[in-house]
Amino acid sequence: MGLTGLEIFKQLPKTNCKECGQPTCLAFAMQLAAGKAGLDACPYVSAAAREALDSASAPPVALVKIGVGEKAFELGNETVLFRHDKRFEHPTGIAIQVSDKMSADEVKAKVAKINKLVFDRVGQTHEVNLVAVVNDSGDAAKFADTAKLVQENTAYPLLLISSNAGAMEKALDVAGANKPVVYAADASNYEAMVALAKKFEAPLVVKGDNLDSLADLVAKVTALGYKNLILDSGARELAKVIADQTQIRRQALKLFRPFGYPTIAFANNADPIVESLNASTFVAKYAGIVVMTTAEPEYILSVITLRLNVYTDPQKPIAVESKIYELLNPGPDAPVLITTNFSLSYFCVAGDTEASRVPSYVVTVDTDGISVLTAWAAGKFTPESIADTVKKLGVMEKVNHNKIIIPGGVAVLSGKTAELTGCEVIVGPRESAGIPSFFKQRWLNQ
Amino acid sequence: MAVTIAKERWTSKVAEMVIGPNDLKLGGESTLSFLHFEGAMPNRPVTSLEVFDMEPEDWPDMLKEAYAGVMNDPVAWAKKVVEYGADAVTLRLMSAHPDWKNASADEVAKTAKAVADAINVPLIVLGCGVEEKDGEILPVVAEALAGKKVLIGCVTANNYKSITAACNGYGHNIIASSPLDINLCKQLNILINEMGLPLDRVGFDPSVAGLGYGIEYAYSIMERARVGALTGDKTLATPVVCFVGENTWKAKESIAPDVVEWGPLHDRAILWEVTTAITFANAGGTVFIMRHPESLKRFNAFIDEAYKSNAY
Repeated sequence: MGLTGLEIFKQLPKTNCKECGQPTCLAFAMQLAAGKAGLDACPYVSAAAREALDSASAPPVALVKIGVGEKAFELGNETVLFRHDKRFEHPTGIAIQVSDKMSADEVKAKVAKINKLVFDRVGQTHEVNLVAVVNDSGDAAKFADTAKLVQENTAYPLLLISSNAGAMEKALDVAGANKPVVYAADASNYEAMVALAKKFEAPLVVKGDNLDSLADLVAKVTALGYKNLILDSGARELAKVIADQTQIRRQALKLFRPFGYPTIAFANNADPIVESLNASTFVAKYAGIVVMTTAEPEYILSVITLRLNVYTDPQKPIAVESKIYELLNPGPDAPVLITTNFSLSYFCVAGDTEASRVPSYVVTVDTDGISVLTAWAAGKFTPESIADTVKKLGVMEKVNHNKIIIPGGVAVLSGKTAELTGCEVIVGPRESAGIPSFFKQRWLNQ
Repeated sequence: MAVTIAKERWTSKVAEMVIGPNDLKLGGESTLSFLHFEGAMPNRPVTSLEVFDMEPEDWPDMLKEAYAGVMNDPVAWAKKVVEYGADAVTLRLMSAHPDWKNASADEVAKTAKAVADAINVPLIVLGCGVEEKDGEILPVVAEALAGKKVLIGCVTANNYKSITAACNGYGHNIIASSPLDINLCKQLNILINEMGLPLDRVGFDPSVAGLGYGIEYAYSIMERARVGALTGDKTLATPVVCFVGENTWKAKESIAPDVVEWGPLHDRAILWEVTTAITFANAGGTVFIMRHPESLKRFNAFIDEAYKSNAY
């Protein structure tokens, strides 16, 4: 992320004194932009110019680390507005709230539920990331007690929510060693909150009432020497959050330094379906952390799935394991379908096969996660690789027939595949959507 | 510190399409989704629920319950859909499928006409999905519905000619379907346009996948198409049609009742459909074809919120 010569030029003294060795300040700026000169060569450079040079080397969105140990995670380092431009780097952290007004038993029960929000997708586990402790009681001792109790019952990092610096200090005394997120420094308490965050080296949320006041406050906080920050613009209505999240990301990419940090957004709603939909929107729209209140899995599953999808690297297709997938408890007379281990190919075949209600085996050939036609063009989906996979996995030992079904798009492979596998090769439909009717016409009536 | 709001100066917009007896407008956006501060979204997304012209055998119970008593009567079913608050009725001519009833063009056209006559909202008519068969039946359907400004789909690169000609002749709009590929989409739009159908009568079906099953591909294609439309690419400036219900109600997450770690089925299934819909709404979708009435209600409530002004 380099600065342009013109952007650097704006920061220079514009004396054209030539002491830097260049004929003009603009020429010097061009040299700086090209990396052919150092800023130290100019004796009259201001603090602002040094800041500009820092900006040039720093990523547009700072990296923030949360928590310690196995459940620690990172936010930030994002560089694009659209995932197709490059990719989204660090998946949104999902936080679930508990209140310090709850009884100890209620807290334990909810934390136990949060701990179970672990979902298996495409062979990987995906889970929530933080437990938020909210100082609803206004009581410092209760806040600290709840933070302690939560910490004892979960491995997830905490998000401590209180605008009272006294309460925050007490909670940090019990939980500060694990680098919780401190929420939040606002205009009234920022000096005390910055001091606390500094002491525990914990990430600090800076909360404004709008974008202007947020930028002001960030400038004040960074002037105190603390840059381990997360931003909250104060927006709570859906449309407003979408606008502010977009602005913060856009401005960060334009190297507007006060907004060069990850964000936090609150999806909180009494209706869990509304909350879930808001959370999903914020996941897609740049939020670093999304806070929710429900711990019921049916409202979290969709958010976590969308997060996985949106944060998938567009250049690296997701692969499923190369193995035999048994759909609907197949018996020995079930058809054997061959496809690649590109997750989308597999899911299409599996979904349409299940829709046909014909119990089947689906065998995925390892093509490094690329699709049928791409893998065929790249020489990764060949009669040899199909035969190897069929033999290695022993799928034909599970069935009492000798037939395998290959995708219609690679019909040309059928002869050689038959030769190498010793199987009768049936050419299936080109699109997996045709599987139900293919089964009807070609398999069930045979 | 006054922050200078970063506003993109888009030079173009999505085409505006007019459908149905009530001249419902859709598309026309001159901004990215819900960024009201830098452009206009003059028309709300159009929501629709599907009606089959024969009782679908493979629908999950939650869907069957929502349409109990009307599933073998497309006209009554369509009226139910209007009652549920859909902006448009989507009639899927499944009975024409060679695997089902293999109904003739005249038979399905009769049904389509009966449904169109019974409602005062726009009709979206879909073929059975078999390219050759749709190429036969849809021109006949288009003729039977002459003047009703129907949205007819889906045409592919293999069968667009006869259907496009009929849509053009009888005053309808068309849905062009391409398999998750923006270049094929452009190409098909151009081919259709070359037959004389204006681009503001073409909708774009990117063959979306549902949440968890490839939604990100469709998401990025819609984002790219919207940016293309806003920066002046007319062949990408066609409203996007999202087949949400079709692609979510086959997911395990929408059907499996007994998965402890996923929670109870009802809200999970609704969320699977609505999350898919709002994700596409956030990326630039325009027409949302759903299946469950509660999903429709939830989606509309979300759009109400997202449509509030966020001007600075």
